[in-house]
Amino acid sequence: MAEDSPARDKATQSAEDMTTCAQAVSAAFSAAGDAAEDRSRKGHGERLLTLVDAGVRGADGRWIVRHIDLAVHRGEIVTLIGPNGGGKTTTVRAALGILPLAEGRRVVCAGLRVAYVPQRFRPDSTLPLTVSRLLRLGTQAGATEIGKALQRTGVPHLAPRAVAALSGGELQRVLMARAILRRPDLLVLDEPAQGVDIAGEAALYELIRSLKEELGCGILMVSHDLHFVMAGTDHVVCINHHVCCQGTPQQVSAAPAFAEVFGPTALAHRAAYLHDHDHVHGADGHVCPLSPTMPKTGMDQGGGKG
Amino acid sequence: MMPSMLSWLAEPFMRQALLAGLAVAAMAGPLGVFVVWRRLSYFGDALAHAALLGAVLAVLLDVMLPLGVLAVGIVVTVALHLLRPGRMLPADALIGILSHAALAAGLVVLAVWLRPQVNLMGLLFGDLLAVSVREAWLAAGMAVLVLMVMARLWTPLLALTMSEEIALAEGLATRRAQLAHALLLAVALAMALPLVGALLFTALLVIPAAAARALATTPERMAGLATLTGALAVILGLGAAWTWDLPTGPAIVLAAFVLFALFHMAARLLRL
Repeated sequence: MAEDSPARDKATQSAEDMTTCAQAVSAAFSAAGDAAEDRSRKGHGERLLTLVDAGVRGADGRWIVRHIDLAVHRGEIVTLIGPNGGGKTTTVRAALGILPLAEGRRVVCAGLRVAYVPQRFRPDSTLPLTVSRLLRLGTQAGATEIGKALQRTGVPHLAPRAVAALSGGELQRVLMARAILRRPDLLVLDEPAQGVDIAGEAALYELIRSLKEELGCGILMVSHDLHFVMAGTDHVVCINHHVCCQGTPQQVSAAPAFAEVFGPTALAHRAAYLHDHDHVHGADGHVCPLSPTMPKTGMDQGGGKG
Repeated sequence: MMPSMLSWLAEPFMRQALLAGLAVAAMAGPLGVFVVWRRLSYFGDALAHAALLGAVLAVLLDVMLPLGVLAVGIVVTVALHLLRPGRMLPADALIGILSHAALAAGLVVLAVWLRPQVNLMGLLFGDLLAVSVREAWLAAGMAVLVLMVMARLWTPLLALTMSEEIALAEGLATRRAQLAHALLLAVALAMALPLVGALLFTALLVIPAAAARALATTPERMAGLATLTGALAVILGLGAAWTWDLPTGPAIVLAAFVLFALFHMAARLLRL
């Protein structure tokens, strides 16, 4: 990866490893004392990206996030949830090597091909750039492929348009098309539904799920849509300056920390979730210890509503 | 009018000035578009001010002017690359401090050791007679080199301009590309200084690129059109400088400004 990003020049040089996927991370994770992590994620491919006890400081020296343990495997969707200002985007940027780690480690597979759709993207209008030129930047796409990718993200008519004239939602879809064209190992999406209308949202989430299968990539995303997070993703990490809890959607929705962060909405989603499924997997709760009564209570609520 | 506008090509020193000027215009196209997009014109100015020290040192050490300018330009560029803006000082303050210190040092050296031998106006505004045959060919060679390096830097620099976040996330060597671009600016400055002078160097980067923006639809076309605009400005400016005995730097920059105004008016009219 970028060996000379500001992030890597100083702070993280020693804290950063590039190894093959196979060797890498068992070592990193046994260091983090998190052997159970591996057990719960069986069925997924190799580990692409790992943060171990990572912390990022702001310009004023205060911690923005700290003690972040996070891993993304090939073939899974990992979502970051949490309150605004809780450090989700900071975590994503640290995971990508954009921000330097003040402590902890970041382990990346050698040769990992990343596609990143950031939350904010607005290229300077002094740069004359058409959508199709943008889609050729950092991809090897020809005109046909570009047309297809734009078709899939629902904006086939935009190819000849100037990027500066697009709306936020259109830009988001164009960047998604670019991400597809990069054929990444790791796809990173920071609130991909932002600026996309409600009707488009469902299609977008469907697209994300199908990309996981089609590209065989791992996906790390920030999302506010708890329904999608709980129903469509494999691993959920709740971040509020630190990892409040993480695990399968079942485990997280049952965790007290999750209810604390999200309040009544969390309960609603837990109810919705439990309505669809008849048991809870997370009783072992290795990531965040569950209070013994919580899952049961949750189930009762769900059952009552159903 | 017409014969006198072209008769200057008969003079050997004018052909040297033309060769150097076209070489600088060729470099200034692709370099200048990034100066505009990435808002580096203050950096360009600072580099050019520091260049005065290089020019004075070159006279003192009796080497070719561009070599002295290039040496100081490289030192300033690398120093700015290594010094990081911290909590105490922002990047532009650092740039200003370094370049003005170099400029002041140049003026002190000039005042103490060199006052009678140096044509200060020539260093500041350019001199038609200042370009030797060697310097003209050096500029042409450097233009080829700069264009070759820029071709390799094009994609990372463009990605960085589009979104630094994405470029970093996707593993592009953004800092290396930025340093390389800055060093190439120092090369262009060294080749341009005898002809256009230190004060107007940045204009040669910015105005052709800004003119090209009016008519360009892709980054590549903008760079190409900027080079053509710069070349035309050099030809018109040298002709005017010869005909009316003007300082070359201002003549070239004014010609570029006229083209800038024409392009933007044309773009506006075509859209109506």
